[in-house]
Amino acid sequence: MALIELKHVVGGYGGAPILNGVDIAIEQSDIGVIVGPNGAGKSTTLKAIFGLLKVMGGTITFAGEEITNSLPDRLVPKGLSFVPQEKNVFTSMTVEENLEMGAFTRTDDFSDTMGWVYQMFPILREKRRQPAGELSGGQRQMVAMGRALMSKPRLLMLDEPSAGLSPRYVIEIFETIVKINGEGVGILMVEQNARQALAFASRGFVLANGQNRFTGTGQELIADPEVARSFLGG
Amino acid sequence: MSAASTGTGWDTSLRRGLLLFVAMFVMIVMVGMVQGTASMLLILTQATAYALIALGLNIQWGYGGLFNFAIMGFLMVGGASTVFLSYPVNTAFWDSDGPMLLGRALVALLIGLGLVMLARQSRRIGISGRIRTALIVLAWFAGYVIYRSQIDPAAAYIESTAGFIGGLGLHPVLGWAFGGLVSAVIAFFVGRISLGLRTDYLAIATIGISEIIRALIKNMDWLTRGTMTVSPMPWPTPLPQELRALGFTIQDSFIIARLGFLALTALILVGMFFFVQRAYGGPWGRMMRAIRDNHIAAASMGKNVTGRQLELFVLGSILMGIGGAILATFTQIFDPSGYQPINHTFMIWVMVIVGGAGNNWGVVLGAFLIYIVWVISDPLAQLIFVNLSVLTQELGWGAIPEIDSRALQMRVFVLGVVITIALRYAPRGILPETVRREA
Amino acid sequence: MDELIFFINRVLISGTVLGSIYALGAIGITLIFGILRFAHFAHGDMMTMGAFIAFVLAGVLASAGIVTPLPTGVVVLPVAMVLAAIIALGIDKSFYAPLRQRGARPVTLLIASIGVTLMIQGVIRLIFGSGTRSFFADETKDIFRIDMSWAGAQRPISVTEPQVIMFVVTALLVVALHLFLTRSRLGKAMRAMADNADLAQVSGINTALVVRVTWVIAGSLACVAGTMLALDVALMPDLAFNIVLPIFAAAIVGGLGHAYGAIVGGFLIAFAETLAVFNWTAVLRPLNAVLPEGMALPPNLSLVPTEYKLTVAFIILVITLLARPTGIFKGAST
Repeated sequence: MALIELKHVVGGYGGAPILNGVDIAIEQSDIGVIVGPNGAGKSTTLKAIFGLLKVMGGTITFAGEEITNSLPDRLVPKGLSFVPQEKNVFTSMTVEENLEMGAFTRTDDFSDTMGWVYQMFPILREKRRQPAGELSGGQRQMVAMGRALMSKPRLLMLDEPSAGLSPRYVIEIFETIVKINGEGVGILMVEQNARQALAFASRGFVLANGQNRFTGTGQELIADPEVARSFLGG
Repeated sequence: MSAASTGTGWDTSLRRGLLLFVAMFVMIVMVGMVQGTASMLLILTQATAYALIALGLNIQWGYGGLFNFAIMGFLMVGGASTVFLSYPVNTAFWDSDGPMLLGRALVALLIGLGLVMLARQSRRIGISGRIRTALIVLAWFAGYVIYRSQIDPAAAYIESTAGFIGGLGLHPVLGWAFGGLVSAVIAFFVGRISLGLRTDYLAIATIGISEIIRALIKNMDWLTRGTMTVSPMPWPTPLPQELRALGFTIQDSFIIARLGFLALTALILVGMFFFVQRAYGGPWGRMMRAIRDNHIAAASMGKNVTGRQLELFVLGSILMGIGGAILATFTQIFDPSGYQPINHTFMIWVMVIVGGAGNNWGVVLGAFLIYIVWVISDPLAQLIFVNLSVLTQELGWGAIPEIDSRALQMRVFVLGVVITIALRYAPRGILPETVRREA
Repeated sequence: MDELIFFINRVLISGTVLGSIYALGAIGITLIFGILRFAHFAHGDMMTMGAFIAFVLAGVLASAGIVTPLPTGVVVLPVAMVLAAIIALGIDKSFYAPLRQRGARPVTLLIASIGVTLMIQGVIRLIFGSGTRSFFADETKDIFRIDMSWAGAQRPISVTEPQVIMFVVTALLVVALHLFLTRSRLGKAMRAMADNADLAQVSGINTALVVRVTWVIAGSLACVAGTMLALDVALMPDLAFNIVLPIFAAAIVGGLGHAYGAIVGGFLIAFAETLAVFNWTAVLRPLNAVLPEGMALPPNLSLVPTEYKLTVAFIILVITLLARPTGIFKGAST
């Protein structure tokens, strides 16, 4: 059974739908990457899963349970987590407080999870008393991912985690994502660096005009000449 | 609404408007039958002045999206201006040393302003940054002290000898125009400094400015007589007592006098209405709507957004100043302590929101409706209370005390309920702005 | 020495009293702005309403024949705070929440809060009339006079019992608020939501709960501020409507959305007002002895006449808005 499964999802912000039937299915062991041109509905797909816009048709199931149009405060305890692309840290709060906010829905002791996050991002332990707004772009991205991991998710969704980062950080972030996946967290992410991301993706989805155009493993998509010509810039 | 074709949509809104105006007319006639023709004319005249003021706010808020909470301030400015121009000349003041002392205060004011200007120009001689800021603050302070050193004795002298400076004895209609002019000048400066603010900050800033204007007018006794009030203000049309001298009965004299005043204000309202309506229908109005709905896009198309907004703010404030002047003249008394944000700022907002911001017909309708509701909620509440009181007495709880003052407060409550209902169920007003689509 | 005592009585004590009231009111306004993003104009009337609730409760207690060592208005305060918080929640649920759900702009909510202002004022005047009432109709207001003769002064420092209680209560509430915002899960969630509401929602923070907590804090603090003001001066239906602008000034000077800024802003505005109308001649009189002949101090040497006291707050408000709309602490906490 797939961890998350979207069946012909149609949705938008009222008015004309942006998603016109998106199908996605990944396992907990997968790294799923959504690529496609601007305006294809990549980020919108993640937002639709997370209840941030209205799904008008189709179904979304998570671990066999239907979650269509559920709100984040219901989804986070179920094991979903989301890192938005922009404004993804609480700038006036310290790094540690940011992480605590990620664990808001948990009532148990989360100190071991925090230790796990600090192990994943050692620099954050150093800066834990510093306001997140004072950190560099790459460090902020780590805070954002750390915050999302604090709820111990089964599925981590990331919206363009590499956007605006220097090449060195891009590689570091991708490596961390693979490491997180290795610890048993399913990944579903949207990426502009399509070729680079598909290279380590176990599932790839090419969207255009709010619909699936190609689906396959990352390697298959890179190898497909039509995908390469239309979506990967040759 | 989106499915309906624009043609029928416009027809229904026209029918709806006509229906509502007929309903208002019926309401006015009913008030006239219950309270008498003279009272009805009193309500109508004041409602006309309020409609003019609401039209001013509609220019600012409906056309420009500018949040003005300083309406009370502009009404006071209008009232004080018409006092200065149309109140009879106070010979006691002009024969005293008062004018000379005031002249010295004026010179002191100019010196103070000169100092501030100089300090602002200090960049030219190489002073900048913190030192320049300090210099400007110092210049303001020095200017303030110089001005106070002259105006305080002048004010004390005038207040103790002549009372206040009085008026110029000119025709009241000139006073109204002057009220509009002074409001325009003040609005220009207020707008220049505050229109760049975000909407909610603008609301707070303008309400603060309005309170500063009120404090000044209330306490500058030498200019406005302050809390001692100025009355009787002359009318532009014959007063009831003048008509009575001509042999009219008391009742007829009131009716004819008020009818005359109403005719004059109605003429002004109609004139202003057509001017505003024409302007809004033309290219100027289209540009204003564009700025209101998306001022970033308008600015990127090369429109001078701040300049246009300032135009709207000044234009709207002129109507408010004129309206305030008319109200002061009509009631024949200028009483600075009678001005309250509830009656003179918030009520106008209720008129515009309920009527339909952006639609002049709606705003005029809203002004009349709300003013009538405001006026009749007092006697209506009194009626309810008196009957309730009978009930409570029968139940053995005793009569309701202070019915009069309690009933008077009902209108504040009713106003709150009306705006709440309007925001909830008709956020665009009873006659919403008709968006004409260019085919 | 007497001049110093005069200064303490007229500036230090009355400035602190006013500052406490402004701070407690401004915290509510700033929190509501931070969480719900609109200027809540009805806050002054929530203060008045809180004071009237305390007044009614005090009346009930007095008619039951219960005599307390502290002023009755203070004893009933905890209960009044709870009631005020419940009413604040009710106001939000019936008037603001429906507009928020429709996605109304902050300006619409601001106008809605004017509607709430009018309704609260109407109801209060309907029930209590428009006259002035006092908490101390049947009680005496104790005045502490601290004898300063040991320092060579003839005047005592005088402070009333409600004023002393106000200092203590304000200090306790500010500390409690600080602990709540920095230590508790919900308090941190509140700061998170004020910082970035979208991310707070994404993190799974129960934003509806945070909104409710905000109203509870704002409502109960408004109740304290209103009651304190009524205990210090008198109870009138337009009690707080007149000071809602200085309170806005305090919140804006401190930077809307910042609770600590609001506290500092409250005291800043209060002391600016008190110092502006303070007659400096009273303190500088000893200088007359050293000044050369013919250069005596004028009998009244204050920056602005007393009748312009509130105007000082408005001028600070307008200048702050024009020069630094984000408040004077910009960069300190955000």
